[in-house]
Amino acid sequence: MASMLLTTMRSCHVSPSLAMRFGARSLSTTAQLQAQVQTKSKKTLARPGVKNIVLVEGVRTPFLLSGTTYADLMPHDLARAALQGLLNKTGVPRDAVDYIIYGTVIQEVKTSNVAREAALGAGFSDKIPAHTVTMACISSNQAMTSGAGLIAAGQCDAIVAGGVEFMSDVPIRHSRKMRKTMLALNKAKTVGQRLGLIGSIRMAHLAPELPAVAEFSTAETMGHSADRLAAAFGVSRLEQDEFALRSHTLAKKAQDGGLLEDVISFKVPGRDIVSKDNGIRPSSMEQMSKLKAAFVKPHGTVTAANSSFLTDGASAVLIMSEEKALAMGYKPKAYLRDFVYVSQDPKDQLLLGPTYGTPKVLERAGLTMNDIDVFEFHEAFAGQIMANLKAMDSDWFGQTYLGRKSKVGAPPMEKFNLWGGSLSLGHPFGATGCRLVTTVAHRLKKEGGQYGLVAACAAGGQGHAMVIEAYPQ
Amino acid sequence: HVSYELKDDVAVVRLHDPTAKVNTLSSQMQSDLKEVMGEIWSNKSVKSAVFISSKPGCFIAGADINMIQSCQSSEEAARLSQEGQKMFEQIEKSPIPIVAAIHGSCLGGGLEFAIACQYRIATRSKKTVLGTPEVMLGLLPGAGGTQRLPKMVGLPDAFDMMLTGRRIRADKAKKMGLVNQLVDPLGPGLKPAEERTIEYLEEIAVGVAKGISNKKVPLTKEKSLKEKLQDKLMDLAPVRKKIFKTVSEKAQNQSKGFYPAPAKIIECVQTGLEQGREAGYLAESENFGKLAMSPESKSLIGVYHGQMACRKNHFGSQRRKADGNGLAQVSIDKGLTTILKDTDVESISRGQEHIYTSLDNKVKRKFMTSFERDVIMSNLSVQLDYSGFESADMVIEAVVEDMDIKHQVLKEVEAVIPPHCIFATNTSALPVTEIAAASKRPEKVIGMHYFSPVDKMQLLEIVTTDKTSQDTIASAFSLGVKQGKTVIVVKDCPGFYTTRVCISLEEHTAIGHSVGLSLSIPLICDEVGLDVILHISEVGYGCCLSLHMSDTCSLYLVGRKSGKGFFLYEKGKNYKNDIYWFHRLISRVVNESLLCLQEGVLRNPVEGDIGAIFGFGYPPSIGGPFRFVDTFGAERLVSIMRKYEEVYGAPFTPCQLLLDHAKDPSKKFYK
Repeated sequence: MASMLLTTMRSCHVSPSLAMRFGARSLSTTAQLQAQVQTKSKKTLARPGVKNIVLVEGVRTPFLLSGTTYADLMPHDLARAALQGLLNKTGVPRDAVDYIIYGTVIQEVKTSNVAREAALGAGFSDKIPAHTVTMACISSNQAMTSGAGLIAAGQCDAIVAGGVEFMSDVPIRHSRKMRKTMLALNKAKTVGQRLGLIGSIRMAHLAPELPAVAEFSTAETMGHSADRLAAAFGVSRLEQDEFALRSHTLAKKAQDGGLLEDVISFKVPGRDIVSKDNGIRPSSMEQMSKLKAAFVKPHGTVTAANSSFLTDGASAVLIMSEEKALAMGYKPKAYLRDFVYVSQDPKDQLLLGPTYGTPKVLERAGLTMNDIDVFEFHEAFAGQIMANLKAMDSDWFGQTYLGRKSKVGAPPMEKFNLWGGSLSLGHPFGATGCRLVTTVAHRLKKEGGQYGLVAACAAGGQGHAMVIEAYPQ
Repeated sequence: HVSYELKDDVAVVRLHDPTAKVNTLSSQMQSDLKEVMGEIWSNKSVKSAVFISSKPGCFIAGADINMIQSCQSSEEAARLSQEGQKMFEQIEKSPIPIVAAIHGSCLGGGLEFAIACQYRIATRSKKTVLGTPEVMLGLLPGAGGTQRLPKMVGLPDAFDMMLTGRRIRADKAKKMGLVNQLVDPLGPGLKPAEERTIEYLEEIAVGVAKGISNKKVPLTKEKSLKEKLQDKLMDLAPVRKKIFKTVSEKAQNQSKGFYPAPAKIIECVQTGLEQGREAGYLAESENFGKLAMSPESKSLIGVYHGQMACRKNHFGSQRRKADGNGLAQVSIDKGLTTILKDTDVESISRGQEHIYTSLDNKVKRKFMTSFERDVIMSNLSVQLDYSGFESADMVIEAVVEDMDIKHQVLKEVEAVIPPHCIFATNTSALPVTEIAAASKRPEKVIGMHYFSPVDKMQLLEIVTTDKTSQDTIASAFSLGVKQGKTVIVVKDCPGFYTTRVCISLEEHTAIGHSVGLSLSIPLICDEVGLDVILHISEVGYGCCLSLHMSDTCSLYLVGRKSGKGFFLYEKGKNYKNDIYWFHRLISRVVNESLLCLQEGVLRNPVEGDIGAIFGFGYPPSIGGPFRFVDTFGAERLVSIMRKYEEVYGAPFTPCQLLLDHAKDPSKKFYK
């Protein structure tokens, strides 16, 4: 259904973009209001015939290194904490939400529709339907845009979207042969049959199957691909370590400065209250340079220090149509505007999603790189970010792979991931998207900008980008 | 051909032959290399060196074959070998460490060069293959290869490489200890992928070279207990003796005494191991000289050149789409969208399963990923009707060998295909002209004779009629080449070229095998189906057929189709190395082949030789029927044939072309 709705949305955009071309963009009431108060008097992205969709609030649990304080929980516990946090922070009536969508990547088999399991225990009405989506590292982006699609299509007015990832416990399976025997045992009727089946089990069948952060299509792990990508763009080890250090330093500053206001406290059963991310560890260049390559040995450049780490965490956002939010008395944080999904070669361009997505979404929104005040890119690996920056700054890449006349242009670093990123804050695969969007909204408010851009790469060679517009103060 | 630049204290030596598509160890390359190395060695500030090729997809493809071919005596060839040995010896004893950075083919002399270096880094690219294919040209690795390779990878692997000429992929080479380090190929970045990959390889190699000269990178890997044990075991004289004995026997069995190279290779290795490096070098160069002058090697080199020639399309280019199991398989894995149409569900299912299984076997042997297999399979659609044919560029029918059915299919297909579409008929013997007679557009009809099993046999015989257009031939040819085939183009005549020569033999039993016809004629008959052969000879195209064959057929033993055929009949008889049978068989084959050229069925001797070798297993050691006449002597052959003629009559009457050659010894098929 989501894809159907997205198609509807796209076709909706045809006429407005025409209107834009003629410079005849009519402004809605709120937009007029906005034009007066906005510090930078840029045009708004509101379009006639398209509903304004707003971000009312966004929260997340602290992101923790997997195997730490959350270790004994289950994924839906984390998602529930985020949902409860959202409920508390917004005070939204339990039945005022029309639909709940969650994103996740490594699914706990028992709670495959983790959205529903989490919602049931989070205090929301049991009359609210919920579904789970998966799109690798952009799963919660997909949850949000699916929700936006439902609102735009007039199906819903208020949506809770979120994402959760729990790497402290992953499904480890018996081998295929063992599973086959076990299933056959279930069906075996006589003792003889059972004994025969049990007798057929060999030592080798007992070896378990572990999930890998690897592409199914190419069998290459993501870190390996990132290392090759960094090499392809000539990104040095030094550049990567510097960027990683920058991420950790900025995150530390933001954490100490109390800027990460989307983080809610979470009382973990049997443990203390957790209220801070625990992966932020600014180190020194000397220490980082001592680490050995983690994936491509021995000459690789991607190390444990310049990669994002396995993280547990959940996030949630409340998004509504603007009228609904205003009618309920909310002061929205931002408009969710144009978004795109892109996909490319999963082998050699696995992590170039931002490079492909950024120019596409800007073109849709009629903006240029210079119009963007706040950039929030998902940092899977420092090498991946640097490769994307170099790709966007290359005329050859732009001409050869993006079908452009010249380069896209790299985002200026003074606007880029200023409160840390996935490298330092952590990257719970399914939950990162909501963090990026909420951070853009918060940064726009803090820094007084008007437009923000979220971009992320994902396994499968996919990517996503979204333009966010500040809500008039 | 060789240039170098200094990167800090590392000399990066770049190999690039501007006159050819690939780098070879030509005399120019060797002298340039010597000069450059002299300069580097005399420069005290250079602490290490890296060898890398600037040719995309090729490190060094081997020695310069022309250089070997132009040798007039075995002494001259032996000198070539000695020069190579001397040069690589210098590289091995280089005062500074040398790293070979390998991307693309590293074969023959190229591999010998690489293993003389102190360290080898290779890209894990599909293009990177290492090997010693000299044996396939009837030669041996003559630049120290027989001495160094066993030390590097151990006796069993070294023999495997040198005796089979097998190409080894980078991963395997790393496991064997043939290369020290692997580098992954990169995707596109700020430059095209290939360009950046070579640059990256160089960066890594320079880093390693520096590491070796500061003693940070060890040159030898610590051997595991198992490896140490293996080495100890190999050092024991009786064990080694046993290995040499087994290998010799196996080589003798497989070459059946027709190929001298394997035995010489074994001899060189043994000499080196038992009497030391110097004696080994001597044996190597002497044997190299002998082999280079042997007729077997000359024939094999001729076959190699012919094979290359048969992959060059002289007709122009392209178009696509096909059908038939094996046919479909060789098309889809080259990225051609293919429809497989059959008449019933079982056949379709069997066809699909056949293709899937053979692709899946490649997955199991790690030649491709399961994803690549699925993508390839997605190029195939199977169906019972003709839908989709309206957009086909080429249709290849592979129905049973029955003229009425062929006509029916041709008409059905022509009713649905677009005007530009080519109709190719896969028949091993039915006259294409007659098939084309039913066509509305005979200029678009062509015969494509594939050999079964299609995915293994490399020959494709394209059969043209008087009406077939040049454009049609060009398209069929380019499809064949795309399918990885070696293509010959012949005129339509009964049995075309390959089948005609095949049936021309009245006595073909398991002797074929023993005289070196590797895929012997009886086996072909089994593959094609005896009924088909009987059918065409019954139709009366002047092919003689023995009673023996019709007897077999009447017993319904129709070749491999029924699971039984000729082979069952003649088992147990041993005709091994029987010169009488050899001459008797060969003279028939040669005469019929020459007749094909005389009648214009064949366009040239090269295609005739290639067709004979890859079509019906003519022994490559004697290079094909035409080369055989050149080397054996037409006059001698005629006199032998006259003797047979007295006994067996007309089938042994030499053709005019052969008589012409016999009369004038200066006439040669190959200049």
